[in-house]
Amino acid sequence: MFRESPILRWRGYNDRYKLKGYKCRVCKKVYFEKKGLCPCGSIEFDEIELSGKGKIAAFTQIHGAPEAFESKAPYCVAVIDLAEGARIEAQVVDCKYSDLKIGTDVEAVFRKFYSSGEKGAIHYGTKFVPKF
Amino acid sequence: MKVGVLGIGITKFGERWDQGLRELLLDAQLRALNDAKIDAKQIDTLFTGNMCGDSLSGQLHIGAMAAENLNLDKPSIRVEGACASGSLALRQGVHAITSGEARVAMVSGVEKMTDVSTEQVTTALMGAGDEELEGFNGLTFPGLYALLANAYMHKYKLKRETLAKVSVKSHFHGARNPYAQYQNEITVDTVINSPMVADPLTLFDCSPITDGAASVILVSEEIAKKAGVEVYITGSGLANDSLSLARRKSLTRIDASFVAREKAFNQAGITPKEVDFAEVHDCFSIAEILAVEGLGLAKEGEAGKLYDSKQTYFDGDMPINTSGGLKACGHPIGATGVKQAVEAVQQLRGEAKERQVKGAGIGVTHNVGGSGATVCVHVFKKVK
Repeated sequence: MFRESPILRWRGYNDRYKLKGYKCRVCKKVYFEKKGLCPCGSIEFDEIELSGKGKIAAFTQIHGAPEAFESKAPYCVAVIDLAEGARIEAQVVDCKYSDLKIGTDVEAVFRKFYSSGEKGAIHYGTKFVPKF
Repeated sequence: MKVGVLGIGITKFGERWDQGLRELLLDAQLRALNDAKIDAKQIDTLFTGNMCGDSLSGQLHIGAMAAENLNLDKPSIRVEGACASGSLALRQGVHAITSGEARVAMVSGVEKMTDVSTEQVTTALMGAGDEELEGFNGLTFPGLYALLANAYMHKYKLKRETLAKVSVKSHFHGARNPYAQYQNEITVDTVINSPMVADPLTLFDCSPITDGAASVILVSEEIAKKAGVEVYITGSGLANDSLSLARRKSLTRIDASFVAREKAFNQAGITPKEVDFAEVHDCFSIAEILAVEGLGLAKEGEAGKLYDSKQTYFDGDMPINTSGGLKACGHPIGATGVKQAVEAVQQLRGEAKERQVKGAGIGVTHNVGGSGATVCVHVFKKVK
């Protein structure tokens, strides 16, 4: 559910603003954002810097948008394989949608996402731009 | 395992401005009781699948509502597993019977979706994905399945026209189901030329926003035998995976479908070759392709062939979604898993009329929550 809570969003700022990854201390697999146990069984992760470089694994252009993103439609969202091995889902911007392909190189940029109503906080995060 | 299905009930699916959440649920409950020819007081326990009572109607506590509808003080629980809520309720009903806790269980599913705007529904449904990793980035459910379609079409060279044939077949069946939301036939051109929702999925690749409810009455084998019940549930399998696509092993298969199918088929002692028809989760056309492969009814990357050769029609070799599926029959989220059970029972009883699969003996239902985070499979068998 899209809850309009600045605090809910604020908890994720470290990951989103700085694009932090988490590396499993046991099997060395890298994730974007911590989510429970690693498939290897470990719960110990080290925070790492992600380079922000990656490749598109799948992409789409969304025309029917949820309430918070209605004014931005149509916009592109992709599954991106980051250089460090983590997978992330993010918007791809500053490009012609028809130029994108599976395998296109992309790089992270810091962008505005949306604001929580007229008086609410503005939320920022990571989007990607293609590097042709 | 053998759990008898004594009665089934379903409301007309569609834009039901005449009925609210409670009325829809009651309608399906009464129809199931009428079909089972029992009194409500004989029910030992109730399970009701519902996803959006809170976000779309401001109503939670659906378990109590289901019991209150029938003036019962029996155990009654709401079950939520996103779009798989209905089949999860069914599985709870099956367990209530097999454990001996209940001899008669009422399983229902209900969703009331058309009282609010499409944008509100789109937002509410994203609760089934990963809110932080996906919803925050502007992803929608059509968007998630569009990503799967993009990866699948790239890997297996599935043609756009073939994907469209999934919806064409669904509408053909919907036109033969009096409970379906859409009872009109369409063409491949209708699908391809309809407005884009999330590339490559157009409006006619997507299941609609629907009001509806369905209900079934499950009974112990002992009661079923006395009542001369023809249709039994003989297998139930449930599997889970990550909420987000980013955490999955593959973007071209729904892993949980394979696991849930294996569990259900092993319990029922059947192989995919023995399946006479299947009701699968086609929230989007690509989802049906992935479902058919997950159930082992086609090899990975080859489900499209069944659609090009029209084998998925009710009179083909592998009938899929004779109800019209989520696409044409409609997708009232919490009711869908129970509706699939209703269709399976109608087929096995030989009551499906114009869309009847001839000689149907084994049917399978396949219900997905989210983009594949929950998959629940049931096997239905006709016992002569």
